Amino acid sequence: MTTLTAASFRVDRYQKRALMAGGVSAAIFVALAAAPYLLDPAITSSWIKLFYLITLATMWNLLAGYAGMVSVGQQAYIGLGAYGVFVFNDLGFDAYSSALIASIAVGAIALPLSFVAFRLRGGYFAIGTWVIAEAVRQIIIRFDELGAGRGRSISTYTGDPVFRNLFTYWLALGILALALIVTFYLLRSRMGIALQSIRDNEVAARALGINVSRTKRIVFTIAAMGASLAGSVICIQAIGVASPNQIFSVSYSAFMIFMVLIGGIGTIEGPIVGAVIYFVMDFYFSQLGLWYLVVLGLLAILVTLFLPKGIWGAIHERFNISLFPVGHRIVPIADHIPTKVLSNADV
Amino acid sequence: MSESVSTEKSLLEVNAVAKSYGALQVLTEINFAVPTGQAVGIVGPNGAGKSTLLSVINGTERATAGSVLFDGCDVTDLGPEVRARAGMGRTFQIPRPFTHLTVFENALSGASYGAGLYGKAADEQALHALELSGMLDLANTPAGKLPLLARKRLELARALATRPRLLLLDEIAGGLTEAECDSLVETIAGLHASGITIIWIEHVVKALLAVVDRLVCLASGTLIADGQPDAVMSSTEVRRVYLGSGI
Repeated sequence: MTTLTAASFRVDRYQKRALMAGGVSAAIFVALAAAPYLLDPAITSSWIKLFYLITLATMWNLLAGYAGMVSVGQQAYIGLGAYGVFVFNDLGFDAYSSALIASIAVGAIALPLSFVAFRLRGGYFAIGTWVIAEAVRQIIIRFDELGAGRGRSISTYTGDPVFRNLFTYWLALGILALALIVTFYLLRSRMGIALQSIRDNEVAARALGINVSRTKRIVFTIAAMGASLAGSVICIQAIGVASPNQIFSVSYSAFMIFMVLIGGIGTIEGPIVGAVIYFVMDFYFSQLGLWYLVVLGLLAILVTLFLPKGIWGAIHERFNISLFPVGHRIVPIADHIPTKVLSNADV
Repeated sequence: MSESVSTEKSLLEVNAVAKSYGALQVLTEINFAVPTGQAVGIVGPNGAGKSTLLSVINGTERATAGSVLFDGCDVTDLGPEVRARAGMGRTFQIPRPFTHLTVFENALSGASYGAGLYGKAADEQALHALELSGMLDLANTPAGKLPLLARKRLELARALATRPRLLLLDEIAGGLTEAECDSLVETIAGLHASGITIIWIEHVVKALLAVVDRLVCLASGTLIADGQPDAVMSSTEVRRVYLGSGI
């Protein structure tokens, strides 16, 4: 066997493919941004839901799939994002800036909350996050000016309903882009290695010098801010919150888990695939009522049985492709040694 | 409280360390100091508390009593990540690979955080660690696909990537063939020669004796022998715990 030395190799971050992914995504983004001018506004405004679903799934995947925190309490931040719109709207900001300001406020709330939540592990953490979400709901409905238990609507809002829908569409699209960019950047950055190490083995990660709780705290906060932005979009689209029980509903967490597991946990592409599937099913089958939930459950069972890594996980395993590469590959520096010395070098 | 041999040159001092899980006492009153540059072997029967001692040293487990000093600083209350960044590298007896990451990315994790490096410097340190542990040819393989022996080598590679001053090895020679064991011994002897302080738990005594300057024997949570490797191996106490009192 040839003696290999470290000097004969360099590290490839799949730069070309990442740039390509960025370019194609940017083109899709521009096309989506222009879509309301070309298509029926009724169609494009139905996509708002798809955008916030992808945002929610992406954020939950970051939390559970990368940092190993299985939360069933993200509805706390969805609700806070929705109510944050009222708070900042009442203070004189327009609804759209209110969404952005609210997300920062929610980040500031989530950070200290993480100190409470992180005292619990595994299943206890999951239940703990749910309890926190319930507590947040209970606190919110104490405020009369937020509609108490009745829900309320946005007071100052753009008059023209066409523009209103258009702005909400762009806001949802922008938030989606932001969520994907943050996730992609985070996973390609130095912290991406830490996150994936923590996901795979927390004890070993700590023994290698990774500050596990700090890394998790950052992700927890980002995921809360993402959920908050999605919550704001939900609120703005409906021009208010129908009831606090609905916006703080645990079923948001159930849908997030569904989308991420169906699509493929621990991949960037998976949550997008899962959200699209959920959106399509919701669009066509939701009028079936109870049967619709049965179909969703059946799909979840089938995927976990036959594609335990989710749809994208199975595709990735079979064809070894990833649209958003976050890995590292070692390649020999030209004419040092033949490529075939390295196994798996030809990805 | 501290009655151990605390010389100024000690890189590691373990003072009256005890560890218990509820009523189960695993370690009782362990005292020992390791001077900078020394290679210490730890032997002892199964269940003697060897791995637990290593865990208490690197912080994976907290001591119930006593203190651990690293480079003169009390690290007893610090987490393993702080100790790793201060220069403690540790391998696990049962490998704990990051299964979804490649071998290179596993090492990069140690180089980025344990050694605190960024960008190209981290890449180079990770590659260097893979070279030292003979894993360059597997660099792009997902760690989850490695067979057991390669997983053990990966433990070593990852620990080396953190650029340790103190290397804690937990049974990395077990299960290797004669030739593999020889090359491992050569690697560790090389690390020792480069000035890294080593504490090595091993059942393959032959491999151990080829490298260490000093041998410690642990039985039922206490040190029963400590000194020159030959002297420790021939001491009656050590023979008794290994072979029974009949001999």
